[in-house]
Amino acid sequence: MSAELAPELQVAEQATPRTSSPRARIVLALGPLTALVGLAWALVQPYRLTLLHPYGQGFWWLLSEPPLYVIVVGVLFRLVIAPSLVDDLDAEHGRR
Amino acid sequence: MMPRAEFVHWWFATGFLLLGLFLLAEVIVGPAVWNRRPWRRYLWPGLCFLLGVLMWPVMTFYTNSTIHMIAHGSWAQALMLAGAAELGVARGKLHSQYWRLLSALGLAVSGTAFLVHEQQHWLFSRAAFLHHTLGWTLLVSAVFPLLQAFRPRSLAAATGFATTFLVAAVLLYSDRDTAAIFGHLSQYAGLPHR
Repeated sequence: MSAELAPELQVAEQATPRTSSPRARIVLALGPLTALVGLAWALVQPYRLTLLHPYGQGFWWLLSEPPLYVIVVGVLFRLVIAPSLVDDLDAEHGRR
Repeated sequence: MMPRAEFVHWWFATGFLLLGLFLLAEVIVGPAVWNRRPWRRYLWPGLCFLLGVLMWPVMTFYTNSTIHMIAHGSWAQALMLAGAAELGVARGKLHSQYWRLLSALGLAVSGTAFLVHEQQHWLFSRAAFLHHTLGWTLLVSAVFPLLQAFRPRSLAAATGFATTFLVAAVLLYSDRDTAAIFGHLSQYAGLPHR
């Protein structure tokens, strides 16, 4: 393996959380599940997303996109909270 | 220029959804794993405190009636108190498990605030229905942190506490200023909108 490539591969490996334990899988699924609920809501009630038809909408209507809020919360949880939590879960179980 | 009440409910719903996810994740992995990183300990108490702080502008600007102001004001204080106590526990400055009683107080005050500032009956409109439902949900859910104060390791109590915020988020997201509920909408509620 090239010495230049090795650190990059290591970073990629660290970015991919291990999903061996059921708890880790549940934690990793929480965010996508939440985002999926938001997506389903957006599909069922597209008129809630005023960004899809912004003309004539006021500032507050354009700011208030509740299905998007749910999706953003799910994505944030998956990207910010879940990876370190899974790492710690694995470390606690002595897998490393 | 003021945002509609339903917008504010959706913003708070987003905060409650985050709170619920944090607490649920803590239940799943256990407190030992959750507390391994110092920043994670402060997540939900900090967010709870912030939601309390953000209730003050709601109290200031949504002055439909005196009872609205009192409800929102007491709600802000209760949320800040519960958040501050949990922050103290997370920091290690407070040690007693009974500080969790302030979360029970926060939920009880929040539930009561919902109930007392809704002056219409259940089927008056969707907003009225949701205020009653949220009020009773939070009031009854106060039993979970109450139980946690005496049995800190209770999984059922911790799950119930986390689920409370997720249910509250769903209910808050369902709020509309003027909309029917189960086909009922009082003629005094105004014209329904999307």
